[in-house]
Amino acid sequence: MSSSSNPSTHHTSTIGSIGAPSRRNTELALLVFAVVIAVFAYANVGLAMNDSVPPGLLSYGLGLGLLAGVGHLVVRKFAPYADPLLLPLATLLNGIGLAVVWRLDQSQRLQQSPNFFEAAPRQLLNSALGVALFVVVLIFLKDHRVLQRYTYISMVAAVILLLLPLVPGLGVNVFGARIWIKIPGLGTIQPGEFAKIALAVFFAGYLMVKRDALALASRRFMGLYLPRGRDLGPIVVIWALSILILIFETDLGTSLLFFGMFVIMLYVATERTSWIVFGLLMSAAGAVGVASFESHVQQRVQAWLDPMREYTLSQEGVLGHTEQSMQALWAFGSGGTLGTGLGQGNSDLIGFAANSDFILATFGEELGLAGVMAILLMYGLIVERGVRTALAARDPFGKLLAVGLSGAFALQVFVVAGGVMGLIPLTGMTMPFLAYGGSSVIANWALIGILIRISDTARRPAPAPAPNPDAEMTQVVRP
Amino acid sequence: MNKPLRRIAIFCGLLVLALLIRDNWIQYVQADSLKKDTKNRRVAIARYATPRGDIIVDGEPITGSTKTSGDDFNDFEYKRTYKDGAMWAPVTGYASQAFGATQLESIEDGILTGNDDRLFFRRTLDMITGKKQEGGNVVTTLNAAAQKAAYSGLLKQGKGAVAAIDPETGAILALASTPSYDPSSFAGNSTKVDGNAWTKLQKKNNPDDPMQNRALREIYPPGSTFKVVTAAAALEKGIYNSADEKTDSPLPYTLPDSTTELKNEGNIPCKDATLREALRVSCNTVFGKLGVDVGKEDMLETAKKFGFNEEQFVPIRSSASNFPEKMDRPQTALSSIGQFETATTPLQMAMVASAIANDGTLMKPYMVDKLQAPGLDVIEQTEPSKMSEPLSEKNAQILQSMMETVVKEGTGTKGQINENGVTVGGKTGTAQRGVDNSENPYAWFISYAKLDDGSSPVAVAVVVEDESANRDDISGGGLAAPIAKDVMKAVIDSKK
Repeated sequence: MSSSSNPSTHHTSTIGSIGAPSRRNTELALLVFAVVIAVFAYANVGLAMNDSVPPGLLSYGLGLGLLAGVGHLVVRKFAPYADPLLLPLATLLNGIGLAVVWRLDQSQRLQQSPNFFEAAPRQLLNSALGVALFVVVLIFLKDHRVLQRYTYISMVAAVILLLLPLVPGLGVNVFGARIWIKIPGLGTIQPGEFAKIALAVFFAGYLMVKRDALALASRRFMGLYLPRGRDLGPIVVIWALSILILIFETDLGTSLLFFGMFVIMLYVATERTSWIVFGLLMSAAGAVGVASFESHVQQRVQAWLDPMREYTLSQEGVLGHTEQSMQALWAFGSGGTLGTGLGQGNSDLIGFAANSDFILATFGEELGLAGVMAILLMYGLIVERGVRTALAARDPFGKLLAVGLSGAFALQVFVVAGGVMGLIPLTGMTMPFLAYGGSSVIANWALIGILIRISDTARRPAPAPAPNPDAEMTQVVRP
Repeated sequence: MNKPLRRIAIFCGLLVLALLIRDNWIQYVQADSLKKDTKNRRVAIARYATPRGDIIVDGEPITGSTKTSGDDFNDFEYKRTYKDGAMWAPVTGYASQAFGATQLESIEDGILTGNDDRLFFRRTLDMITGKKQEGGNVVTTLNAAAQKAAYSGLLKQGKGAVAAIDPETGAILALASTPSYDPSSFAGNSTKVDGNAWTKLQKKNNPDDPMQNRALREIYPPGSTFKVVTAAAALEKGIYNSADEKTDSPLPYTLPDSTTELKNEGNIPCKDATLREALRVSCNTVFGKLGVDVGKEDMLETAKKFGFNEEQFVPIRSSASNFPEKMDRPQTALSSIGQFETATTPLQMAMVASAIANDGTLMKPYMVDKLQAPGLDVIEQTEPSKMSEPLSEKNAQILQSMMETVVKEGTGTKGQINENGVTVGGKTGTAQRGVDNSENPYAWFISYAKLDDGSSPVAVAVVVEDESANRDDISGGGLAAPIAKDVMKAVIDSKK
């Protein structure tokens, strides 16, 4: 006897009938909009640089449309109540990122470089892989709480991923930062991007279990709750790990990202402001301590404080200095309010990494202040939708995972964009979705997939309670 | 957990806000200074993206633009070309793809590229109609014949400089410097060619320093040519009131407060000589004592009125000539005959000659007559303006008659122009150099020409630093005066 066939049990369900609208059609409309904008951007680049509509326009449009369409259909089928903004925002950023990567492929100046290769086709492939992973996440991860089972496996995976670049023969040092591994035949991978997700899962699972101990057992001192010495353990371990990353992989960004993510999640889990204070103090101490002996970090700070001096030194041929910070600032400044228009700037003067770490400078020059603000707001929207998902989530694990992923995303955007714009010292990370880089695109699609899964769970109407055989028993009068 | 979550939402919002503020800072507040930073390669790219406007002399362009050639990728579409580049280099400066721009090419860059704010409307119109941006022209006051006379005269002598001014307006007629350089040799041929040419021209590789604009930027001791300034100061102070009054000048003359004797060049009649006679034979004793009699304050004041101790902008910057502000009495005597720390640019001495020729009124020197928009509309026209009045009309005429005597029957006879109705006034100078005059002296000549209608079309200053010549041959009269004469003649002939 099924519950649906029994009208008498139907009345016991009280929440199900007030379900939120699924918003799938909103998402579809926004997706069409996102694809159209990206296709226009692509056509614009071709018209500006070669005076003709690019021959690949149709296949680019169809390709991007197909990816967006598949994504949408999968969401419609497997996560019908998901947040309607996340997928269109990611598609739009990925789409215009592709157009600009292609625009930089057309740069004659960059083509002079012996390291030049056509990045756009690879990036399209990466995006396809990313969307594929997104689909896989949605199909196979029916409930995000499943991830809770893999708390410690995630930790092991994250640590291995983080340590991989240090393995001799596998890790490669790209301009001072050891955050890459090279797999013959596959190219280079930035394992840190994947470690970000694994760590978020580990932190969420771990903190959910330990939050009461961390929150309650504390002494009050000068308005702050001081945790017990032994409860400081986890934060010290993560802190030490971040410092090790900073020292051995010489990557300030990754280090800051992981530690920041942990502090955010710790704060949310325990509701104790003291953790924030401790986090800030520890990261400041760590950064200053490492900077006192690590020349790579010192140099980044120098370049940040006086990019013009750095530029002059590099022009004079002094080794270990880069003109890129100054070139990026010039690109932003030359773009002004409205920009030169796609394909009409000279951001390719940045040279190496113009289409990855520094891609925002091309947006700055060619789309201007208006374009960059729009992009920053899109990132802001993704983050806030993620935090909103955390607010709406009904289980603590989901809340922690969602806020961890969104917070990491926000920190990454801040660290990269702030670095390129000269707000903070430059670090070697990429703008999610915009920048060329397989690991980044693929990992961020997976991240969006998990957020969509959590938001679907959060917004899904509560399931009808399982039919209670006892209740039925009492209701049914046997003949 | 929702309270900390809300706070995290705010925190993330603040991160984005910080980025937005920073973005506004670099793309709005600082945008202009970043965009116009000369080290920003985009400035050079824009400069050479369209054919550059021209610098014009006597209605003819002395510059040009051609498409950059070569197979290599080059982000500069056009390059600058120059006609008689070496001759005009002190006027044009250079506009090089690799090494930036100087002088007129740099100062009037906005007009030449068409990026000047005053061309905004035209530029916008061009953008709408799809026309390529064009640059405007810079019309100079220079006189091609005079420039040619100056440059070829200097080439024969080696190192030196010439500055010629129209005394009545202050318009610069000639500005030459040798040895010179051809700005097209590194304008944008190829990285290697340009780099080699540039390296060879640098002072450390070429002791002759060909890229120095001697007419405006080198300061030389003026030697005896400075005596006209001393004479002007004495007349203005009323120590003597005519050229033919006997002066109170002992011979030998011992510098005040010291035992050092001030010597003349050779045995010349300087005892109690009149001003006219003293200038004719160039008496150190007379003018040295005269300087002390005028006093350092009044000497300084007159020198300043002539333009000393101040940079001139014509609009190219000219170095400040120097008349010492702190000196004792013997130093005042030496300074008054163009020694000690007195040092001047050729332009400054041309200004001195021009003020005397223009009856005491110094006109502000300038070399840009007008700026033209691409359609030849005049955007800006320079009006001659008075700079100062170093001496009265009467005293100026007394000084003129003294300088005319110098050319008629004194040290400056080689500056004579034997044409009806042309009178030349001048003064020679030989500036000693080095410890105990061990180095070759500089030969100076400053002069002006007057026509019989009383007008004065040209004043000129010539300095020659010839290291190869025999010491005895160097004197303003011998080396510099013929060049001055040719320049003045070229100006007078072109007026006819």
